[in-house]
Amino acid sequence: MLAADLLVAQNIGFGIIAVIMVVGALRVVTTSNVVHAALWLVTVLAGAAAQYVLLAAEFVAVTQVLVYIGAVMVLFLFGTMLTRARIGSEKEVNNKNWFMGVPIAVLLLATMLIALNDGFGSEELPADPDTLVNTQMISDQIFGPYLLPFWALSFVLLAAVIGAIVLARRD
Amino acid sequence: MLVNQFLMLGAVLFCIGVYGVIARRNAVLVLMSIELILNSVNINLLAFALRNGSADGHTFALYVIAVAAAEVGVGLAMVLLVYRNRKSIALDELAEMKG
Amino acid sequence: MLSASTEAAEAVFTSGWFLDHVWIVPIIPAVAFALIIFFGKRLPMKGSELGIVSMLATLAMSAAAAYQWVNRVEAVEKEVFVPPVIKAWTWWSSDGFSFGIGQHIDGLALIVLCVVAFISTLVQIYSVEYLHGDRRYTHFFASLTLFSAGMMNMVIAENMLQLILGWEIMGLCSFMLIGHWWEDGANSRAALKAFFTTRTGDIGLLVGTSVLFFAANEWTQKTLGISGFTIRGLSAWALSGEPSSTAITVGAVALFIACIGKSGQFPLHTWLPDAMAGPTPVSSLLHSSTMVVAGVFLVARLYPVFFEGMNILGTNVNFIVVIGGITIIIAAALAFVQNDIKKVLAYSTVSQLGYMMMGLGAGAWLPAVFHIFTHAFFKACLFLGAGSISHSASHHSFDMKKDMGGLRKYMPITFITWIISTLALCGVFPFSGFFSKDEIIDNVGHNGYNVFMIVGLVGAFLTAAYMTRATYLTFFGTPRGASAGEHHDDAHGSHDTHDDHGHDAQAHDAHDVHDDHSSHGPRESGKLITVPLIILAVLAIGSGFLNATPFGEKWEKLKVWVEPRAEVVDPTSVALVAHGGPGEAKSLPAAEESEEGHHSSPCGSETPTDGVCVAPQLNHAKFKWSKAALSLIIVFAGILISWFLSMQLYERKNKALVGLTQRNKLLGAGYKLLANKYYLDALYENVIVKAIAYPISRGAYWVNQKVLDGAVNGAGIVARVSAGWVYRNIDQRVVDGTVNSSGAAAQGAGSALRPVQSGKVNQYGALLFGAAAIGALVLVIINT
Repeated sequence: MLAADLLVAQNIGFGIIAVIMVVGALRVVTTSNVVHAALWLVTVLAGAAAQYVLLAAEFVAVTQVLVYIGAVMVLFLFGTMLTRARIGSEKEVNNKNWFMGVPIAVLLLATMLIALNDGFGSEELPADPDTLVNTQMISDQIFGPYLLPFWALSFVLLAAVIGAIVLARRD
Repeated sequence: MLVNQFLMLGAVLFCIGVYGVIARRNAVLVLMSIELILNSVNINLLAFALRNGSADGHTFALYVIAVAAAEVGVGLAMVLLVYRNRKSIALDELAEMKG
Repeated sequence: MLSASTEAAEAVFTSGWFLDHVWIVPIIPAVAFALIIFFGKRLPMKGSELGIVSMLATLAMSAAAAYQWVNRVEAVEKEVFVPPVIKAWTWWSSDGFSFGIGQHIDGLALIVLCVVAFISTLVQIYSVEYLHGDRRYTHFFASLTLFSAGMMNMVIAENMLQLILGWEIMGLCSFMLIGHWWEDGANSRAALKAFFTTRTGDIGLLVGTSVLFFAANEWTQKTLGISGFTIRGLSAWALSGEPSSTAITVGAVALFIACIGKSGQFPLHTWLPDAMAGPTPVSSLLHSSTMVVAGVFLVARLYPVFFEGMNILGTNVNFIVVIGGITIIIAAALAFVQNDIKKVLAYSTVSQLGYMMMGLGAGAWLPAVFHIFTHAFFKACLFLGAGSISHSASHHSFDMKKDMGGLRKYMPITFITWIISTLALCGVFPFSGFFSKDEIIDNVGHNGYNVFMIVGLVGAFLTAAYMTRATYLTFFGTPRGASAGEHHDDAHGSHDTHDDHGHDAQAHDAHDVHDDHSSHGPRESGKLITVPLIILAVLAIGSGFLNATPFGEKWEKLKVWVEPRAEVVDPTSVALVAHGGPGEAKSLPAAEESEEGHHSSPCGSETPTDGVCVAPQLNHAKFKWSKAALSLIIVFAGILISWFLSMQLYERKNKALVGLTQRNKLLGAGYKLLANKYYLDALYENVIVKAIAYPISRGAYWVNQKVLDGAVNGAGIVARVSAGWVYRNIDQRVVDGTVNSSGAAAQGAGSALRPVQSGKVNQYGALLFGAAAIGALVLVIINT
């Protein structure tokens, strides 16, 4: 069956991308070089965009690439450059109590994996969904029932723009 | 494809992000960890959107991306301000709120 | 009568361009605000001309609209419902909910609109001189203009959301204006306090609006075809006999809490006197005639909701009346211990607002609205007079005991206008306060609230007494301090609100010049200050005659113009929206003649059939000179007693009176209570704020210790915590359980909990996620 073949390909794709993302994410939180961390973050974000495509969400994937990899990463790199005299690895990027994070993260992960396994078991995603979400549907949603959050979001962005200017301004 | 493979990927990324928030000392790195958390949420939203065949998840994933962009902008401006005042962005030195 | 009614059913209501376009009024100052912000600094008068011009334009427009409204009302019979002029557009709609924006113009909206436009105009003119050379002169005018825009938007609001919009704009602008000289810590604290206190009340506004919307929307959509946010929809719903008493009572109480915050009613009145830290024109505009009136206006606007929710004509005590009554007395008592002239006026405002609330609560709708009207003029005049004194005579001090006295010789115009306004405030015939205040007291008694009539009379006595004291200290006796020509740095440093803010060179020069003539002693203020004072004083005399009940029905103009007629009307005339032109509204011939020829309407007392009501039928007490004489005697007694005591105390230094509060224990305790403002501030800051923070932090501490030390130390810790708890309890009981001990307890607890508050972001993150993980785990275990 063609669909089954495709699914195998998708599964392989998912596996590869997932491994890259997890490795990248681990490097983001362990590397001692801030610029390296930012670059690893790029791989994670790009991987996420690829996963969105697998999930049949092209519009979100494109937005992810534009906003995250395009704008947010540039911001991060600028932030790094503006706040650090020297680009390179640093000794003390971690807290004294960094090990506190391990049990908490492991506990959270265990809880979530148990819950997910329990809740969704081996439920399949619909291989051939009845309604594929397209960009038009998303825009109908945004300017229809979800107009109010959209407005709130616009205000958040406006406030963030003004706030960032006020905060970062030299005076 | 299973629903769970995406949800579990999201869970793993989320926990890595949580670890980063707790363990990191550099404010920029903490912000990056928060980005990891937000992305894992997006993966979940889209997985459920596909499962339920609705566009709600897509809409909110877009909203999350927008909020994340705003958060990074303000966060980095704050980091910049802190750096300018203290010549350091180590979070454990920022303990003015100590009670 | 019946024929008249049928005729009226076809009556064509006149309208006019201005009446149809009142919605432009708030837009004018809003545009002016934007222009001032962007171009103000480049203009020759630094933006103030834009503000003044916009205010004059709004004044002209609202006056013209009021004139057309009067024509509209007078063209028809007295028993005919005059539909408000309504325009509504859809502001936005989302998933079945649609919110409108527009205008709801009736007598109430127009009278308040005119007052706001008028007072704003005068205050802006006055500010040109008062704030001359100020550092943030342009910003000041911008905020002032936006403030007026907010208030006007609230006044003409067609629905609750538009009203909330205006309400919040005002809140924001009051914050900016009170904190105008924020370099001084006290000012920015006062601004924050005003903002937070009113915000506390605003929770009630949001809750009340939501409750009423969800309760009313279905009915209004079905019957009138309009949303449950609209004011006319809510009014009709409230009087339809439809609403459950719980929903409407909860909604009314929640809305009234918002009014308590905004209108400075007990127990949220504490922000108003502190807000006097702002420039005097701001005090005059915000805290005498516009912002604080917003709460009273809201009650008057949605009166049917309060009428039904509080069962106003059915009881002799309700929430609104009680709050109003308490406010009258406690605020008047507080005014006696103030030395700052503006604080006396501030407490006087609080007390007068109490009158308005009490009047509304007791069914005296028209007198209360009339009191808004008269009070605006004489209180603005008093505030501007106080500003005039500090500007020209007392070297920017507001301290009556230190820096004033004997000013009547130096400032004749200020003195005369002050006396006129004081007499109006006290309610002396024939000044305007007499007509409104006396009528409130009269009607409160008439509607069965006898206890509160006495409260009103006591309040009138206290008002007369504290105003006499303030007048005596300011204008009579011997000059003291700055007004005696002394130029002491003390006053400069501690009371100065004006000139240590001009830090740039130009303002500093102005300030030096200023010092020069101040040191020559007190003098009369300039024309830009005295002319507004004179205008206001004339109105303080004249405005009362608009509804002069003593002279018979012919003089009761406002009753015809402003009071909505309680008639059963056809739903379509209420639902009237943008397309419904003037004249489409129809009144049903429902006027029934009762036996004694007295016109009666079922509105408010029973369920209206075939039609809706938008205003309840209210009673009006018949004016009797005997009752008025009683209150006049009380007022004169207050003036005379206070005059005598003031003279003995401040001028003759009578041994029997001076220092009485130190010698007599009871009086001393009373003085202390008043001087500390009933300890309300201490209550809010020490007890309530800490009582909320304390259990939370104690709980966090307990969890923290458990997690860290585990079971080994658990028992010891529990013992220690409980021992500490017992200790604190006993401690509290031994020390007399007042403010101090609870403060100490909170402090003790705070120091024990300090380790949790490390101030480290990562640690907070660890606590947060750890708690989330544990919570999630618990959920998972429960559910599997």
